[in-house]
Amino acid sequence: MKNVLILILKRSGASLITVFIISLIIFIGVEALPGDVAETVLGQGATPETVEAFRKELKLDLPPHIRYGAWLNDFIHGEFGNSLANGRPVAGLIGWRFGNTLFLALSTAMIAIPLAIILGMLAALYRNTFFDKLISTTTLSFISFPEFFIAYILISILSVKMNIFPSLAVIDPEMGLSGRIYAIILPSLTLTCVVTAHMMRQTRAAIINVLASAYIEMAEIKGMKRLRIIVLHAFPNSLSPVINVIAVNMAYLIVGVVLVEVVFVYPGLGQLLVDSVAKRDLPVVQASGLVFSIVYISLNLLADILSMLSNPKLRQSQI
Amino acid sequence: MSELSRLTKMFEQNKISRRRFLSQVSALGLAAAVSPALLAGTAQASVPKKGGRFRIGITGGSTTDSMDPGTLTSNMNQNVNWQIRNNLVEIDHNFNAIPELAESWGASADAKKWTFKLRKGVEFHNGKTMTAEDVIFSINHHLSEESKSAAKGNLGSITNIKSDGKNEVVFELSGGSADFPFILGDYHLTICPAGTKGAEFEKGIGTGGYILDKWEPGVRAFSKRNPNYWKEGRAHFDEIETLSIVDTNARTNALKTGQIDYMDRVELKTVHLMKKMPGVKVHSTTGTAHYTIPMLVDQKPYGNNDVRTALKLAIDREALVKQILRGYGSVGNDHPIAPVQQYHAKDLEQRKYDPEKAKFHMKKAGMLDHVFNLHAADAAFAGAVDAAILIKEHAKKAGIKINVVREPDDGYWSNVWIKKEWCMCYWGGRAIEDMMFSVAYSEGAPWNDTHWSNKKFNEILIAARAELDKEKRRKMYYDMQEICRNDSGTVVPMFNQMVEASSDKFAHGPLSAAMALDGMRVGERWWKK
Repeated sequence: MKNVLILILKRSGASLITVFIISLIIFIGVEALPGDVAETVLGQGATPETVEAFRKELKLDLPPHIRYGAWLNDFIHGEFGNSLANGRPVAGLIGWRFGNTLFLALSTAMIAIPLAIILGMLAALYRNTFFDKLISTTTLSFISFPEFFIAYILISILSVKMNIFPSLAVIDPEMGLSGRIYAIILPSLTLTCVVTAHMMRQTRAAIINVLASAYIEMAEIKGMKRLRIIVLHAFPNSLSPVINVIAVNMAYLIVGVVLVEVVFVYPGLGQLLVDSVAKRDLPVVQASGLVFSIVYISLNLLADILSMLSNPKLRQSQI
Repeated sequence: MSELSRLTKMFEQNKISRRRFLSQVSALGLAAAVSPALLAGTAQASVPKKGGRFRIGITGGSTTDSMDPGTLTSNMNQNVNWQIRNNLVEIDHNFNAIPELAESWGASADAKKWTFKLRKGVEFHNGKTMTAEDVIFSINHHLSEESKSAAKGNLGSITNIKSDGKNEVVFELSGGSADFPFILGDYHLTICPAGTKGAEFEKGIGTGGYILDKWEPGVRAFSKRNPNYWKEGRAHFDEIETLSIVDTNARTNALKTGQIDYMDRVELKTVHLMKKMPGVKVHSTTGTAHYTIPMLVDQKPYGNNDVRTALKLAIDREALVKQILRGYGSVGNDHPIAPVQQYHAKDLEQRKYDPEKAKFHMKKAGMLDHVFNLHAADAAFAGAVDAAILIKEHAKKAGIKINVVREPDDGYWSNVWIKKEWCMCYWGGRAIEDMMFSVAYSEGAPWNDTHWSNKKFNEILIAARAELDKEKRRKMYYDMQEICRNDSGTVVPMFNQMVEASSDKFAHGPLSAAMALDGMRVGERWWKK
């Protein structure tokens, strides 16, 4: 356990530095984009005079390092600031949407992870049979299509033709849990199609890898059933790479689903980030960028810890 | 009977409003003789019913939207703004200025001083009674030094606003403006309670037919009927849900599956399929919106009118209307005044595709070897890049070389428009001729996207503004359209229709083409059957 604590401490320290560097990169990136928030918010309708007035109001006339310093200072004190475009508090804008993003990601994970692992085990069990190839071909085909394509196919069949599920995943804060789940079924299914193949293939490969070891052979010679060998002996020992893939996919489900949000009109964090980048709304971009990177870093940390705990060899070793 | 045919003709040409037409016809006792086809809109407008929920799926919404009337930059907040607020003046479906919060108005003889009498006893959603103070505050909101409002330019001639008692507001202008009431019909100039500032605008307190209940920028707005609404025969729904749906396919699917009742911007490529959908109605309106291709005339070689004329002649407008607009539009004549507008110069010769003549002018300018860079991105309008490529092919027949430069959508209006020498552009148009010309064609106007300045044009523009005699004005605007067509730096290849769709469970009166979504007042004007 000591190792784990040291790992967490070391990683948290490194993460802080990473987050700081990311905030700097985001700032420089947004600064490098042509145009600023005053021009983009006022759009085609802006006159030089009104743009200047807006810039002054937003303090955009100050030099970049001073603006970054002010932002960092607020951020360290737990102040996310206000959106430059509409003056709303950033924390309020992000909080609700981040909740929505998590809700969609977790719902998808609850379908996709067990599905991928069971399919992976079955594929390993019936390795190189028609069944194995069928699973691999199907899941790999899904991952090869762009996600919006899968989304449109699902909408046209399940929503437009059969009218079972809504094509818009519109949710609002007052909705009950069942209403929310019903609303997000299609986006959830879409994302399941996108992430399953990756996790399933990794499970299959890891198990097959373990199946080649001597102790599995021993179990076979003892006459143990294949299914029992895979579930009880091979799978626990192949967890470590599977956990890593799951973590990567979870991170993707949280930070990378903008297209699905657009197609289903789901009010998640991705859409907010895209809109804010387009409008050069720096405080919102910074905050959502940091939320995303913290999620990414934490999930990776979690994956490392879990794979360490799942592997006695790693548990003992020094890092 | 000749009186009836005269009135009918005027009505058909949009010269008189439906209301005036009907009242004059019935005054003549001729109502029974009117063709029912003419009154189709009225038949549809049978009896509005109260109740129901109306769900709008709308494009353009962004998480950065605001309810501040100074920064209404998307379709979504413009639409919600008119659900919850009113102007002094309303622009009706025939482009007439009719009373809204102002009961009546009048001008001094030189059209420099305008007096507006306010409707009495109108209450804001928070219970406060609307007075002259609120009106002055709301207009000044756009005029102040630190204002970032796009309406600032149109109001530039105001030198003083003062109240004359609680219910009268007097505007003093630096120059005569016969169309001043129209200017006050602009969507920015809605009336808010005096003293509203900053984030308070997001609460959406107004005098409108609906009360803003929830407002999540870029996601949805929810408004409920104002039980206390002062306007007769308007705002029929119990509640309106306005959803931001940027993706066209998502809007179409949502309408098809009954999750929304109204959508804007129908995809022209698939509109023929949409027309076959059961329960869905497609509406198209021709308004003032048009596409332009402005050239900066202070840059070489666009300073030479032979070059400009050659480029104008080298574009096959008919083909663009057919291929880019799929027939949902009409050809433009290189000036921005739409056929629906009262002073549209319909006798002005339509410019046609003429490669020979184009070649002649280009040769005269000695520019046949020049490669013209045409900057394009679909941010200008849907299909702008395709249009640019078609234009390149059209011009090739005249021996003119065009190079299409693809620009990023992101930042198009700040980095390309008025910055690059020749680019694709879009204008929503203005209800009145003076505003359109002043905003984009008059000398030194910030949005004069060609830097064009024509002395005669500018002189007539100012004279016409103060001219109260309709026939004299008509002549002046005709002349201006001609000068613009022959000399300005803008190509106006086409006017686009606004194509939208709704569930057939809803009914409406005559549709307004002043803006999208029934003049942006769909929530107030429509009802559930």
